[in-house]
Amino acid sequence: MTDTIRSHGAPARGPSAAAAVTTGSANALMRLTDPPMRAVQRLIGALRMPYVFLLPNLVFFGLFVFLPIGINIVFSVTGGTALFPSERPYVGAEHYARLLDCGSYLEAASCREDLFWRGVGNTLTFTVFQMVAMVLFSLVTALVLNRPIRGRGFFRAVYFFPVLLSPVVVALIWKWILQRDGLLNAVLTTAGGEKILFFVDPGWAMFWAVFVSVWAHMGFYTLILLAGLQAIPRDVYEAAEMDGTRPWRVFHRITLPLLWPNLLVVLVLVLIRSVQVFDEVFVLTGGGPGTATMMVVQYIYTTAFANQVQNFGLAGAASVLLGAVLFVLTLIQLFLTRRRAS
Amino acid sequence: MKRTAWVAGCALALSVLGSAGIPALAQAQTTLRIMWYSDGNEGEVMNDLLRRFEDKNKDVKIVLDQVPFKAINETLPVQLASGQGPDLARITDMGGLAPYLMDVRAHVKDAAYWEQNYGPFLQWMRVPGNTTAIPGYMTQLTVTGPFVNKTLFEQAGVAMPGANATWEDWGKAAKAVADKVQAPFPVAFDRSGHRFFGLAVSQGAQMAEVGGELKPVDDGFKRAAKLVVDWHKSGVMSKELWGAVSGTAYRGANEEFKNAQVVFYESGSWQTAQFDKTIGDAFDWIAVPTPCGPANCSSMPGGAALVALKTSSHPAEVGRLLDYLASEEVASEFYARTLFVPGHIGLAKKGIAYKSASPQAAAALKVFGDAVGKLDPVAYRIQGDPSSRIVFNAAISRLGQVVVGETTLDDAYQRIASDVAQQIAERKKKQ
Repeated sequence: MTDTIRSHGAPARGPSAAAAVTTGSANALMRLTDPPMRAVQRLIGALRMPYVFLLPNLVFFGLFVFLPIGINIVFSVTGGTALFPSERPYVGAEHYARLLDCGSYLEAASCREDLFWRGVGNTLTFTVFQMVAMVLFSLVTALVLNRPIRGRGFFRAVYFFPVLLSPVVVALIWKWILQRDGLLNAVLTTAGGEKILFFVDPGWAMFWAVFVSVWAHMGFYTLILLAGLQAIPRDVYEAAEMDGTRPWRVFHRITLPLLWPNLLVVLVLVLIRSVQVFDEVFVLTGGGPGTATMMVVQYIYTTAFANQVQNFGLAGAASVLLGAVLFVLTLIQLFLTRRRAS
Repeated sequence: MKRTAWVAGCALALSVLGSAGIPALAQAQTTLRIMWYSDGNEGEVMNDLLRRFEDKNKDVKIVLDQVPFKAINETLPVQLASGQGPDLARITDMGGLAPYLMDVRAHVKDAAYWEQNYGPFLQWMRVPGNTTAIPGYMTQLTVTGPFVNKTLFEQAGVAMPGANATWEDWGKAAKAVADKVQAPFPVAFDRSGHRFFGLAVSQGAQMAEVGGELKPVDDGFKRAAKLVVDWHKSGVMSKELWGAVSGTAYRGANEEFKNAQVVFYESGSWQTAQFDKTIGDAFDWIAVPTPCGPANCSSMPGGAALVALKTSSHPAEVGRLLDYLASEEVASEFYARTLFVPGHIGLAKKGIAYKSASPQAAAALKVFGDAVGKLDPVAYRIQGDPSSRIVFNAAISRLGQVVVGETTLDDAYQRIASDVAQQIAERKKKQ
C-alpha cells in the first residue's frame, strides 16, 4: 500500500505539480488580459495587433537608443558648451568639416583634428591585429576543446572565466603584471634579463592592448565556434577516416567549410567590438605612450568630458561618423546571418 | 477599570510624543549636499567640523559626498551645465566653473571679513568683470614646489644645490645621484599643465593676451618646453610619467617618490600630509625652494575652494555654513589638522600651529609658506585666468606627444595655439 502511494503519489508533488501550477497561473493571467486585448483588437483590427505587442520594446528602444541617437545628431550640428539643445547655436556641418579637413587621410599630422585621425589609425591597427589573433586563437582553442582530452570541462571553464570579468578589472590585473615593478618584469629580472618598460614603447603598448583584449574575450568566441564544431555531423568525419584522409585535409575540406557560418559571425562580432574598444585599453595604457593606443572612442570621451571646454558638438560629430561605420558593419552582419539561415 | 487603563495608556503615549517626537517633527530640516574630494585626511577633518555645525544648527543636515578628483573635474561640470548639482563643492578649476558659482554675499554675516581675508582668492572664483561676489573660501592654498629625497643625495655623496639654484643645477645634481644609486627617476614632474607652468613662469612665460587673443606660447613657454624635452632625451626625466599616457591625463609620481625611486619630485604643498603619513622614517625627505629660471624663482599658486553652487535652493543655509567654515577659528583648525598652507590672509600672517606635523612636514610647510611670498604676479594672473586650464591641458597633451617622439616641438607649439584658440572660440558660441 505504502509502495503504491509512493509510486503514484510522489510524482504528483514533483515537477508535474509545479508545471500544473504554472500552467494554471498562465491561464488565469490570459483570462485576465483577454478582454482588454479583444477590445484593442476590435478597435484597431487584427492586422495591427503585432505592433501592440511590439510597443513595450519600441518604447524602451525609443527612449534609450533612438532618442539619444537623435540628440547626438542635434549636438553634432550645434556648437558652444551649453548642454540643452535649445540653448546651443546651430553650426551646420562645421564639426564634420573640421574632422574631415585633412591634407592626406593617411597622415594624421596633416589633419586639422589630428587626434581624431590618430585615433582612427590606432583603431584600425588594433582591429586588424585583434581580429586575426582573436579568430586564430579562438579557433585553435575550440578545436582542442572539441577533442576528448582529459579535464575538458575544466579547461572550457578556464577559457571562459575571463569573459565574466569586468573590462576594468581585466585591465587593472594586466597593468599590475606589466608595469615597471610588475610580475612580468620580476620574472624577467629573476631570469637574468632586463626590465622592459612596456607602456613607454608604442609597439609593446599596442601588442599588450591586443593581447589583453584577446585574453579577455577569447572564451566567448571559442564558445560560438565550439557550438559550430559540435553541430558538424560525426558521420562526415567517420567517412573521411574510412577513406584514410589526412588530418589537415579533414580540417581544410570538412571542418573549415562547415564551420564557416560560425566563423563569419565571430569575425563580424570581433570587428564591431574592436571598432568600439575603449574601457580596457583606456585603463591599461591611458591611450599612451603619446597617442599610440588612443582609440576613436577615447578621443570622443576626451573631447566631450576631459577638456575644460567640453566640446559636445565635435564629440557628437565624431560619434555620428563612428556610428555610421558601425551601422555598415551591422548590416554586413545581418546580411551574413540571414544568408546563413537561408 | 478597562476604560481607566485606556485613558492612562493614551496619556502616556501623548506625553512621550510631546516630550520627544513632536518638537522633532515640528523642526523642519534642510539637507545640504557637498561634493568633496580628498588628497589626504581633509575629508575626515571636514566631517568632524560639519558634525559640530549640525550640533549648533539643528535645522541643517549636511551630507558630505566624497568623490574622486576626476569626478570634480569631469562629472561636476556636466551636472552644473544641466542645472543639476549639489549645494556646495570643493573645486580647483575656479575660473572655469565661475559661471555656476552662487554669490552668498547677502547671506554672510560680515562681507568685510571675507574681503579682508580671502579677497585676492575670491577674484579667482568670480566671472570676469565681477568684483564683489563671494562664492566661497579657500580650503587650501597650494604652491608648486619640489620634494627631494635627501637620503639618496647622502648615499650618492652628491652635494645638494643651494638656495637660488637653477632648474638646470637641480637636473644635473639629480641625474648624478640617480646614476650612482640606480634610481629610475632623477627628476619627476607631475604630468600636469599646472606643474609645467611652475617651471614656465620662472622661465618668463606670460600667457598674455595680445590684441584680445590669448597667446599661450611665448619665449618663456618655449624655454620651459625645451628644457623638459631635453631632460627626457638625456634621461633626467623618465618617459613613464609624461609619455606613458595620452591627452590631458594626470599622472603623479607620489607613489614612486614614496618608494624612494625619485630623487627630485616637482609637485606641491598638498603632498606634505601624505608624505608625512606614508614615508614615516623610511628615508629623509625635504621640500626645497622652487628653482630659479631667467625670469624669477616663482612657483605656481593654486588651491581648492569650497564654493556655493547656483544649483542650491538653500542660499541662506549655504551662507550660514560657509560663514562657519570660513571663520578664523574653524579655518585655522582645518588648516592645522590637514597640514595645508592657509588660504586665509590673516591666518597666513599669524602662522598656523601644525601640532600634528612631524619635524619634516613642519619644515616642508615652512618652505611652501615662504614660497607664497615669492609668487610672481604673473603666476597669480595665470592661475586666475578663466582659460588657464585650457592652456594647461593643451600644453600637457602636446608636450606629451613630443616627449615620445610623435611630433616636434615646433609642431607642438602650433597645435597648442590652435587647440587653445579653438576651445576658446567654442566657449564663446552662444545661442
